[in-house]
Amino acid sequence: MPIKRLRQTLAAVCAVLVTLLFLDFTGTVHLWLGWLAKIQFLPALLALNAGVAIVLVLLTLVFGRVYCSVICPLGVFQDLAARLGHRKKRLPYTHSHPKNALRYGVLAAFVVAAAVLHAAAWFDPYAIYGRAANAVVQPLWMWGNNALDYLAERAGSYAFYPTEVWLRSAPVLAVSVAMIAVVAALAWKGGRTYCNTICPVGTVLGFLSRHSLFRITIDTSKCNGCTLCARNCKASCIDAKAHTVDASRCVACFDCIGKCTQGAVGYRFSYAKKKPSGPSPASRKAAEGGAGRRAFLAGSAVMLASAAAAQAAKKAEAVKMDGGLADIIGKKEPKRTTPITPPGSWSARQMQAHCTACQLCVSVCPNQVLRPSHSLSTFMQPYVSYERGYCRPECTKCAEVCPAGAIRPISRADKSAIQIGHAVWVKDRCVPLTDGQECGNCARHCPTGAISMIPSDPSDPESLKIPAVDTERCIGCGACENLCPARPLSAIYVEGHEVHRVI
Amino acid sequence: MEEKTARHNEMNRRDFLKIVGISTAAAGLNACSPRRAAEETDNGVAGTPAGEMTCRQFPPSPDKVSILGYGCMRWPTLPAPGGDGNVIDQEEVNRLVDYAIAHGVNYFDTAPVYVQGWSETSTGIALSRHPRDKYFIATKMSNFSDPDFGESVRMYRNSMKNLRTDYIDYYLLHSLGSQGARSFQTRFLDNGLLDFLVKEREAGRIRHLGWSFHGTKDEFDRILSYHETVHWDFIQIQLNYSDWKYATGRNVNADYLYAKIAERRIPMVIMEPLLGGRLAKLPEHVFTRLKARKPEASVASWAFRFAATPPMVLTVLSGMTYMEHLQDNIRTYSPLVPLTEEEKRFLLDTAALMREYPTVPCNDCQYCMPCPYGIDIPGVLLHYNKCVNEGNISQSRLDENYAEARRAFLVGYDRSVPKLRQASHCIGCAQCNPHCPQSIDIPKELQRIDRYVEQLKQDTL
Repeated sequence: MPIKRLRQTLAAVCAVLVTLLFLDFTGTVHLWLGWLAKIQFLPALLALNAGVAIVLVLLTLVFGRVYCSVICPLGVFQDLAARLGHRKKRLPYTHSHPKNALRYGVLAAFVVAAAVLHAAAWFDPYAIYGRAANAVVQPLWMWGNNALDYLAERAGSYAFYPTEVWLRSAPVLAVSVAMIAVVAALAWKGGRTYCNTICPVGTVLGFLSRHSLFRITIDTSKCNGCTLCARNCKASCIDAKAHTVDASRCVACFDCIGKCTQGAVGYRFSYAKKKPSGPSPASRKAAEGGAGRRAFLAGSAVMLASAAAAQAAKKAEAVKMDGGLADIIGKKEPKRTTPITPPGSWSARQMQAHCTACQLCVSVCPNQVLRPSHSLSTFMQPYVSYERGYCRPECTKCAEVCPAGAIRPISRADKSAIQIGHAVWVKDRCVPLTDGQECGNCARHCPTGAISMIPSDPSDPESLKIPAVDTERCIGCGACENLCPARPLSAIYVEGHEVHRVI
Repeated sequence: MEEKTARHNEMNRRDFLKIVGISTAAAGLNACSPRRAAEETDNGVAGTPAGEMTCRQFPPSPDKVSILGYGCMRWPTLPAPGGDGNVIDQEEVNRLVDYAIAHGVNYFDTAPVYVQGWSETSTGIALSRHPRDKYFIATKMSNFSDPDFGESVRMYRNSMKNLRTDYIDYYLLHSLGSQGARSFQTRFLDNGLLDFLVKEREAGRIRHLGWSFHGTKDEFDRILSYHETVHWDFIQIQLNYSDWKYATGRNVNADYLYAKIAERRIPMVIMEPLLGGRLAKLPEHVFTRLKARKPEASVASWAFRFAATPPMVLTVLSGMTYMEHLQDNIRTYSPLVPLTEEEKRFLLDTAALMREYPTVPCNDCQYCMPCPYGIDIPGVLLHYNKCVNEGNISQSRLDENYAEARRAFLVGYDRSVPKLRQASHCIGCAQCNPHCPQSIDIPKELQRIDRYVEQLKQDTL
């Protein structure tokens, strides 16, 4: 198999499988393919996943930037966009000089942004791809699933189950679409422009691939100077006149090899004749670790949880009629002084420092709890809210899938003992006091038994019962908030903990 | 004045019919009309015969009532209410009513509160397209929320308006006993409403006065004893092969009710012959047991024959939402083949067998609805019952079919009831409980089901 075909095949497989990770809301694919997210470069660095980082560094030192052509889903996506953009042109590209000022400038800015502002989310190529897949493709996938569920239901099959499609954040959707559109436009026009001028991962890997053992080289004894190679190079890194290939920009796509009619271009061991210079030490970015961080305010955009199609119920007038369903008012997101981060993230700071906002956790959250933040300091990073569901005791999906170490793996037992927040009771909205009805739904559903029901009138033990929260036992899962009958704002809600505690 | 004359003529017509009725058939079984026009089909499904419907007549009433009565509590509904707010699919109701009348059904039972209050209106529209002497209307005094005399009388007159008629053939005190001893005393005695209704009967605007019953033995005996003073023309009871000996909740076994009423020679209207479909949706081995006896008879037909076999039964009500149900019931009763003693024993044995399946005795009557907190109560209970019947309730994670049963329960649950209307949202206020004619402790059942769901979800069963 020609080496280019091998690259294309592997790239297609990787891209499809990574995309699948962002589509599958059931969490089954992640059991098998979760590692594909974990071998992404920046997430691996942020997760301090030394094994993966070292393997990727060695891979690049040996083979060049194959990472950019095979493993990175945004790289493969750009190849697809470029191919569509250039499908009619025979010789689409020309050589250009490296825009070093720009790419080192962006890298420096990125490192500073990541280390100081914890804004690593913005230019991570994997995250850009993930956000777009989550925001644009997953809804289509889910609607497809719901259509199949509709058919399955009629066939008496339980092979599919219905899922809820909802807009988690309009600004994040807009930004995600805009970013992928910019990348696609750049690729459509000029191939790997993004990878070689903006992408911090591309720049860092470029430092290494400059010295890789195997590189594309031009055999000057065979070259007839036709420039076919250069004009087919999507990285614009071949200077045909000088017979040089800028290995720091070459993404090892191997397109040029087949284009050369003279067999001059080849993927060769480049230290054969020269004295091998030892591999330069990997310049690992110190993106991890948290610097001083401002305390941040609650992202407080109000998202209306649209209620299930509520049939217009006849108001109970003088005569109660039989049948029909009462309207259900959607829940509103309460203003939380401290936002909630998922169990396993351990603290708001460590979450913010590591998360690249790839939305993998958001894609997989089965309880509609995680959604991307609007807040400037944590823009696009996930946070927790309970209008549509609560953080169920049996689920540790987000911790399982997170590739960046922002949400660390935890077991079900761990989860039941991690306090991500605590419940706060709001007297004015509590149904026994407002409606005069017995309730206690919060206490009934508290997985840690942190809520006790006490008489609302201390002098009358028979009076309607109201909840009392033992914050020492509360883990902040939101069962009480989600299942509270008070609407649109619950009478009991969760305040986050900046640093999670273990009971 | 005109109205009065019309009624006068009506009385004459009825007197005439009375005489004819008495002279032709003293009592008992006979087809409503001599016409025979069976629709033939050759595809294995029996046709739906017209003109062979068994009818019952109990002098002195001249009425020849079809043994199949149409229950108007389960009319097909629209996905969204129509322009006038009516939730009922009127076109479909018209079709069903036309078909029923063409096949000999002539008793239509409705109530002001049925189908969110739209049943009378829709039934009235459909029936008014037929000559008034072709059918009998039954409706009820549903003054549950307000026993005030004026309000109650307004409800009574409103029924006539909705039903587009100036007399009601069968008028019932709705669901006595369901709110305990209070119902009869406060709704009909203390406010003088019963006296009013008796006067209305004397005036001919109510042709037969009776009551429907869900409650305890004491209350039943007490109301029945009023027969000596009021003279009940008919009584509506819940009777089926499951309730004959094993009534659930506060309900009284039907064998007792039947015997007591028959003693006084009062004709009976039967409700819940199918228990809201529960006797049509059977656990598999009960299903095969019935099918093995009569492969070509529907499971429901057994229940309908059981309900119609006792001779003091005037008519058996069935809330037929679908044309297929209507057709099947017409086949069963055209004519009725009474159960033999042996068949009756067979069904009673079947009832004993069914007690091993712990379904919640919900008949989907919707009296509990709407739940002020948005729960779809019958939706949750019926899903649970479906899983019971299909063997999809697990006792433990170690059960052989645990994985499939778990999936069937959880996936089916989300399909049949939207998340916001599931049992987890029940706060236990119990406002529904007094409305349940089967006296189910609804919050208790919902919370039990919710605990089961939690165990399934957390895999801790």
